[in-house]
Amino acid sequence: MDRIPILKLGNALLVTIQVDMHDRLATALQEDLTEKIVSARARGVLIDISALEIVDSFIGRMLDHIAAISRMLDAETVVVGMRPAVAITLVELGLSLSGVKTALNVERGMELIKRRLDETEVADGDDDE
Amino acid sequence: MATTTSDRMEVRSSDDVVRVRQQVRARAVEVGLSLVDQTKIVTAASELARNMLDYGGGGVTTIEVVSDGMRRGLRLVFEDTGPGIADIELALKDGFTSGSGLGLGLGGAKRLCNEFSIDSKPGEGTRIVCARWK
Ligand SMILES: Nc1ncnc2c1ncn2[C@@H]1O[C@H](COP(=O)(O)OP(=O)(O)OP(=O)(O)O)[C@@H](O)[C@H]1O
Ligand SMILES: [Mg+2]
Repeated sequence: MDRIPILKLGNALLVTIQVDMHDRLATALQEDLTEKIVSARARGVLIDISALEIVDSFIGRMLDHIAAISRMLDAETVVVGMRPAVAITLVELGLSLSGVKTALNVERGMELIKRRLDETEVADGDDDE
Repeated sequence: MATTTSDRMEVRSSDDVVRVRQQVRARAVEVGLSLVDQTKIVTAASELARNMLDYGGGGVTTIEVVSDGMRRGLRLVFEDTGPGIADIELALKDGFTSGSGLGLGLGGAKRLCNEFSIDSKPGEGTRIVCARWK
């Protein structure tokens, strides 16, 4: 079975969705990501959907699931590269993706994760004193 | 209203849903729908084909290129012989699901189409028509 590759990028993981997702692939990705977040001690997950021509409620639900699981494992999910036409359609569909952060591209997504890490480190430092 | 081309596609698996999306996209481009309109109708098709699979036990999608005077458009028909929808109004409500979904597919698909109709009889099946005009 094909799987979607997961790359390590600093202390984040990068997933680039390039194919039209079907169910098995989506399930496999959720499982693989969960394992990898733990084994790589990742603090962030970037999901690049710039190649996706549509996001329907099935994919939307998958993105929400991944974000919820990551959050529980102390990693932040950022969906990057959503096409404008996809954004317009998602709003009309009624899918707000309220549980996921979004960024324009991978670079900005990384910045978002870094900023959050810096914030938590500062907070941790305060606790030690 | 005249029909120029018509594709008939069986939907029995999630791979078939992917194929329906691709064919709807190809026809939407052919008709000359804008990128946003293409995205809307492909998304609607994905929702309706998946519902057929999840709740209707699979079915058939027909993709028609239609013209009405000067207007050209795409008309999609989704037919299954599943259990049908007992309360259509309720099924269309955002957030209503009898499965594990978000309950957005049906109402969302309606919003994404210019014309939308549901015909369903409990025990006999469901027929949904969705059209998007250029
Ligand atoms: N073809 C069908 N045959 C029988 N019942 C259907 C059919 N399509 C939809 N329904 C019913 O209508 C409900 C609402 O459908 P809708 O697509 O809005 O939500 P969902 O499929 O449950 O979740 P989502 O689409 O957000 O993943 C379904 O839960 C199901 O009970
Ligand atoms: Mg649905």
